[in-house]
Amino acid sequence: MTPAIELVDVYKAFGRTAIIHGVSLAIEAGTRQALIGPNGAGKSTLFNLITGKYPLSRGRIRLKGEDITGLRPYEINRRGLSRSFQVTNIFPRLSVFENLRCSALWSRGYGYSFWHLVENARDVRERAETVMEQLNLTARRHMPAGVLSYAEQRALEIGIAIAGGADVILLDEPTSGMSRSETEHVVQLIRQVTAGKTLVVVEHDMSVVFDLADRIAVLVYGEIIAHDTPSLIRANAAVQEAYLGVPQGAA
Amino acid sequence: MSRRYGVWIAAAAILAVLPHIVRTPVAVPVMSQMGIAVVFALSYNMLLGQGGMLSFGHAVYFGLGGFIAAHVLNLAGEGVFWLPVPFLPLVGGLGGLCFGALFGSFSTTRAGTVFAMISLGIGELMASSALILDKFFGGEEGITTNRVKAPTLLGLDFTTDRKVYYLIAFWAFVAAALMYAFSRTPVGRMANAVRDNPERAEFVGYSQRWVRFVSFCVAGLFAGVAGGLFALNYEILTAENMGLAASGSVLLMTFIGGIGSFFGPILGAIVFTFLQSMLSDYTGIWLLYLGLLFLATVLFVPAGLAGILMLHVPAWRAGRPGRLVGPYVVAGLLTLVAAVGVIGLLEMVHFVVSAPASRTTKRLFWVAVNVRTLWSWLAFAALAAAGALGFRWAAPRAAAAFAEASRPAEAR
Repeated sequence: MTPAIELVDVYKAFGRTAIIHGVSLAIEAGTRQALIGPNGAGKSTLFNLITGKYPLSRGRIRLKGEDITGLRPYEINRRGLSRSFQVTNIFPRLSVFENLRCSALWSRGYGYSFWHLVENARDVRERAETVMEQLNLTARRHMPAGVLSYAEQRALEIGIAIAGGADVILLDEPTSGMSRSETEHVVQLIRQVTAGKTLVVVEHDMSVVFDLADRIAVLVYGEIIAHDTPSLIRANAAVQEAYLGVPQGAA
Repeated sequence: MSRRYGVWIAAAAILAVLPHIVRTPVAVPVMSQMGIAVVFALSYNMLLGQGGMLSFGHAVYFGLGGFIAAHVLNLAGEGVFWLPVPFLPLVGGLGGLCFGALFGSFSTTRAGTVFAMISLGIGELMASSALILDKFFGGEEGITTNRVKAPTLLGLDFTTDRKVYYLIAFWAFVAAALMYAFSRTPVGRMANAVRDNPERAEFVGYSQRWVRFVSFCVAGLFAGVAGGLFALNYEILTAENMGLAASGSVLLMTFIGGIGSFFGPILGAIVFTFLQSMLSDYTGIWLLYLGLLFLATVLFVPAGLAGILMLHVPAWRAGRPGRLVGPYVVAGLLTLVAAVGVIGLLEMVHFVVSAPASRTTKRLFWVAVNVRTLWSWLAFAALAAAGALGFRWAAPRAAAAFAEASRPAEAR
C-alpha cells in the first residue's frame, strides 16, 4: 500500500546549520502517528518541510505516492494534506464561523469564484456548522476569532485544519498550554475528527502520545532514531537514552 | 434576507427623490460628485479594508479609466463607432480592469510595505507619463470631451445636470451593489482571510497572491467605472486626476468614513465631498481642515465615522439611545466652541500671511475681526482653551452615559 507521506533522505540546513539530517520516513495511510523528540530536535521544521512552508535542501517528499517536493503550501493542501500550527495561527478578525467556512471553500470546489455568493453555498455552510459543533464553538459563532479564550482558539486551530476534509492531517502540539481536562477534550476531538484518516501529531505530553498513536517516530538532532509501535518505543534503549540521558539498565 | 434588500431599496428610493428634495442650484452637481466619489472610495476599500492592501496609487485606475472613456466618447461623437453615452462607464471600467490586471500582476506578489511602495511608484510613473505621452493625456491641459455629441439611447440625452445626476446615481447604485456582492463571494471572503493571515490562507488551499490579484483587478475595474463617470460629468480629464493628490484624497475619504464596514467608504465619500465643495467656498485653507479631520480620525477614531455609528448599535438595541442625547449635545457644543477658537486662529494666521497688508479686518463667523489687535487673537485663543477644557470635563460624562446606555437590556 502506498504510504500517505513518504520522506526520502530529506535534508534541511539554514545557512550552515543543518537541522534535518537525511530523514527517511514512511507514514502508512489510515494510521495515527506521533512525532516526538527533545526540544530543538527539528519536529516543527519537519512539518514545515512536508507542508511546503520551507523548501528542502535535499531529498524528496511524496504525498499518497505523488511527488510534492518544492510545491507551494496551497498546492500541497489541494492534494489533501492539511496542518495546524504550534502557535495559534487563525484569522483573528473573522468570526468563528467565517474562519471555518473559509477553510472549507477550496475543497468544496469554489476556488477563486466571484460568481457564487457564499450565503447560497449550502455545502460549505453545513460543513462549517458541523465542524463548529464538533469543536463546541457553536455558541461563539459570530464572535471574532481573536477574542476567543486560549483553549477555544486552540480548538479553532484544529478546526481550520480539518474543515477542508483533508485525508492527511498534521497537528503541531495541539494540546500545548492546556489544562488536564482541556487536553482530554482535545484528544477526544482529534480521535473523532481523524477517524479513518492519516494523522501525524507532534506532541510533548507522553500520555497523549501513548494514548493516541498507532506508531511513534522519534526525532533526535534531526535524525529519526526509532519508528515503531508504542510498546516497542517504550522499551527502546536509544529512545530512553535520548530522553533520559542514560541507557537502559545503567542506573 | 428581506431586511438586507430593504436597505438597497431605500437607498435607490433616496437616490431617486433626492434632487427633488434638495433644491438649491449647486446641490445636484455636488450630488453627482458624491456619486462618483462613492464608487471610487468603495473600490479603494476593496484594497484597504477588505484586502489589507494600502495603495498610494489607486487614482491611476480612476484616471486611466477616465481618459479611455473620454477618448472613446470623442470617437463615438465623431461617429467612428456606435456607443451610446449611458454605457460609457463600462468602457472606463474595462480600462481600469485592464490596467489593474497589468500593474496588479506584479504589485500583488507582496502585501504590506512592498505593496504600498510599488503602488506609489506606479502612481508617480503614470503621473510623469501623462506629461510625456501628450497625444493620449493631452499634456498639462488634459483632454476634453462632449457628452452631447455621442449617440443617444432611447432618446435619452444628458443636457442638464439633473439628467447627468440620474445617470451617475444609476451606475453608482449598480456598482455599489456589485461591490457588495463581490464581498460575499468565495474570493471576496478569502480577501478578508488573506488580509488577516496570509500564511494560513495558503494552508487552506488559497494562493495569497491570486486572492490579492483578483481583488486588485476588481478594484481597478470599479475605479475605472468611477473614472468613466467623472469623464461624463466634467467632460475634462487632466493628469491631476490620476496623480498622488487624487490617490491621497480617496485614501482620506475612505479612512474618514471607516474601512471596517462596507458602508463606511460611502459615508466618507459623501462627507468628504460635501466638506470639500462647501469649505472651498468659504476658506482658502480647506485642505488643511480636511487634513485635520483625517488626523483626528486616525488618532481618535481609527474605525471612522461608520465605526462610531456601529458602536451605538448596542445602545440602540437596548432601547436607550435617548439617554445619550443630553451628554452628547453638551460635549458637542463644547467641541464646537473649541473648533470656533481654533478655526478663528487658523483663519487669522492665513489672513495675515496672504491678504494685502493694507487690510486689517476679516469677517469670521459673521463678525468683522480686526487681526491687528491682540484682543481678537486672545478672544479666539480663549474660546479654544475654554472649549477644550470644557470638553475634558464633558467627555468622561458622555463616555459614562455611553457605557450605561450600551448595557444589554435586562431580561424581563
